[in-house]
Amino acid sequence: MKKEGEVRIPSGCAISGIVNKSGKRMSGEDIIKSIGIMHDRSNGLGGGFAAYGIYPEYKDYYAFHIFYDSINVKRDCEEFLERHFDIINLSKIPTRKIKEITDEPLIWRYFVTPLPTKLVDSQLSEREFTAKCVFRVNTRIDGAYVFSSGKNMGVFKAVGYPEDVGRFYKLEEYEGWCFTAHGRYPTNTPGWWGGAHPFALLDYSVVHNGEISSYDANRRAIEMYGYKCTLQTDTEVITYIIDYLHRKKGLAFEEIASVIAAPFWQTIEQMPQKERETHEYLRAMFSAQLITGPFSILVGFEGGLMALNDRLKLRSMVVAESGDTVYIASEEAAIRIIQPNLEKVWAPKGGQPVIIKFNGGEA
Amino acid sequence: MNFIYPDYEIVRNPNKCITCRVCERQCANEAHEFLQEENTMTADDAKCVNCHRCVALCPTRALKITESGNTYKQNANWSGKTINEIYRQAGSGGVLLSSMGNPENYPVYFDKILLNASQVTNPSIDPLREPMETKVHLGARPTNIERDQNGHIVNNLPPRISLSMPVMFSAMSYGSISYNAHESMARASAELGIMYNTGEGGLHKNLYKYGENTVVQVASGRFGVHPEYLNSGSAIEIKMGQGAKPGIGGHLPGAKIVGDISRTRMIPEGTDAISPAPHHDIYSIEDLRQLVFSLKEATDYTKPVIVKIAAVHNVAAIASGIARSGADIIAIDGFRGGTGAAPTRMRDHVGIPIELALACVDQRLRDEGIRDNVSLIVGGSIRSSADIVKAVALGADCCYIGSAVLLAFGCHLCRSCHGGKCNWGIATQVPHLVKRLNPEIAHKRLINLMNAWKHEIKEMMGGMGINSIESLKGNRLMLRGVGLNSNELEILGIKHAGE
Repeated sequence: MKKEGEVRIPSGCAISGIVNKSGKRMSGEDIIKSIGIMHDRSNGLGGGFAAYGIYPEYKDYYAFHIFYDSINVKRDCEEFLERHFDIINLSKIPTRKIKEITDEPLIWRYFVTPLPTKLVDSQLSEREFTAKCVFRVNTRIDGAYVFSSGKNMGVFKAVGYPEDVGRFYKLEEYEGWCFTAHGRYPTNTPGWWGGAHPFALLDYSVVHNGEISSYDANRRAIEMYGYKCTLQTDTEVITYIIDYLHRKKGLAFEEIASVIAAPFWQTIEQMPQKERETHEYLRAMFSAQLITGPFSILVGFEGGLMALNDRLKLRSMVVAESGDTVYIASEEAAIRIIQPNLEKVWAPKGGQPVIIKFNGGEA
Repeated sequence: MNFIYPDYEIVRNPNKCITCRVCERQCANEAHEFLQEENTMTADDAKCVNCHRCVALCPTRALKITESGNTYKQNANWSGKTINEIYRQAGSGGVLLSSMGNPENYPVYFDKILLNASQVTNPSIDPLREPMETKVHLGARPTNIERDQNGHIVNNLPPRISLSMPVMFSAMSYGSISYNAHESMARASAELGIMYNTGEGGLHKNLYKYGENTVVQVASGRFGVHPEYLNSGSAIEIKMGQGAKPGIGGHLPGAKIVGDISRTRMIPEGTDAISPAPHHDIYSIEDLRQLVFSLKEATDYTKPVIVKIAAVHNVAAIASGIARSGADIIAIDGFRGGTGAAPTRMRDHVGIPIELALACVDQRLRDEGIRDNVSLIVGGSIRSSADIVKAVALGADCCYIGSAVLLAFGCHLCRSCHGGKCNWGIATQVPHLVKRLNPEIAHKRLINLMNAWKHEIKEMMGGMGINSIESLKGNRLMLRGVGLNSNELEILGIKHAGE
């Protein structure tokens, strides 16, 4: 059977997210409970979490989370890292042995910053340099896989049910202001940890429920801009599209939503002139970044979280508020299990983004 | 003696024939004759071009055309067609002429590609109940977003073409086809919100009012080109080549250069309009760039420029050069593309299939990171909505259709356009024949065809779970090959069915 990345595997999923608008940190316990209640939406072939605000003591350094197949690969990869980065700290990521999670690779964490001379020579921005190095490891060093590379955030994922993955990584011991979670229901057995979600690049992380029909149009377009879709998953290509539109093209998240879940032409025609022109422009300029087919996504980024459905709303997604905490999940039950007292519960319309930005910034 | 027995036979059922003589009046080739004394009709098969005008108009269905069945001694190497061509050339000493697209038995890749549909993991979308977008925009895209002081996005897009569906009517000149045919295309384009192309014969004054839906062509003969003409359309096409006859220019026999055609082309009546093989101001790619910008200067940078080339062996490299020449759109014409007149050997033996040309051009432009510089239009035998969907999934932005347009008007693909005696009033300038094509009816038939195709495109897209044509563009995972070898699959960039 082919490995993830050699073949395209459609999958259904569950997603959940919790974000505190004022930047108050909470433990990972709630998010595990939330995704766990949607157990039946996963099939034990992939689960994971993204957590923001968890490394305040290293907030100025890129936190690389890396899977290694063997000690030899680890050595090769560390040589590469040392050539390009100043490694401030490195350690195994703490895990808990549980019977539900087996066959784990070596899982390491590095806090790094690009070597100043290398950075100057490359003529790239710090973020572009770092992203390029991540691509290099993932495409050139066979058996090494950087699955998290942002600052003050981290991705934790594995093959298994998400609630087990949470316990495996001791997520309850981390404190962050934003968590997202993913339970995967692939239609094939990848059995590879890198294929689990969230998918992340720099501080962008995406959890996604759906199967997009525009996949190959999106993939071929984004690969023209220097991205390599090695996993052949929707989540991977969506992450790259968001990175491209936000980091490289400077679009705001509201504008990104108008690109990837663009309003229909018939809707645009009825808009006031200024708004209409902007939407016409975005659709013309970024037609290859339009995503069709069912999706509900949670996009984590440095300053917040965006929740978005495809424009026909072909996947469920519910949002709720309680105090300064916002909850988003595939099912309302996944919110009520952790917060029964909600001030507001609603299902956003297809293509209408819910963007939560931190007021306080950081803890 | 010409040695040649007719390929087709006019079969008349005497029990049905009422000797109304419609066939006789309708046949410009004078194949039918009324025998006064016997009060019966007769026919000369040798004059019949198999255009089915008489068959279609016979009120009692007394007529049909069949293969004559006459055959030379069987020979796997020397076919009857080849033998006849030698007899004809031995008799005339001339180059063989043909019309319409290459009819020979080369592979049709569109027929070896199958489309995907959604099942279970992702829902198909019903176009009767949900919006389904077929609108496309053609033109270049800038690299960067610009914003004003307030952070609002500034529209920095160069001039573009907007179409309600990914189809345009390809270049067929006024002269090669009749005024009524041109008017029908112009009116249909305007009603459909798409565009037609003037071809290289200029534009009749009466049709300037459809300028918004017109592409004006500039070809090597520069017939009918003047500032007002250039500014009358919404886009300008430089014709470098044509799929039916790559490497040579257009031909319009003097017999078709009459009246308004001579005026529109700006050449004397009765002179043959023979366009040079190359543009004599374009001997290389840097010259093309100069013509692109000359035309942009002449139109004040208000119109996109299309460069049309024939699909030839090195098409990917050529397209890459054009994408860096300032052109906004590249049109590629496959070896099956039609023509009003071409040397048979050119038509049947030069060029490559559009499916392969499209696949390799789209991939090359992506590999070089310049696919956003241009849009791609492909033509050269797009025969149905399925061909369009497959072409878009391979990477085309839009398709040119020509033969299908003429078929909608009534053309029966008899491939005798070069004779100038088209019984359907399409490829002729004989006034009483031209009258047979009623633009009122013809333009409606063309609108019907396009609306039917649009429905079918939506149906196929919806089946794949796609609700915007943009998400189909270049979406090659939606395609699978059947009966193709690995080399062909690699060039097409698709997997084999079952993979």
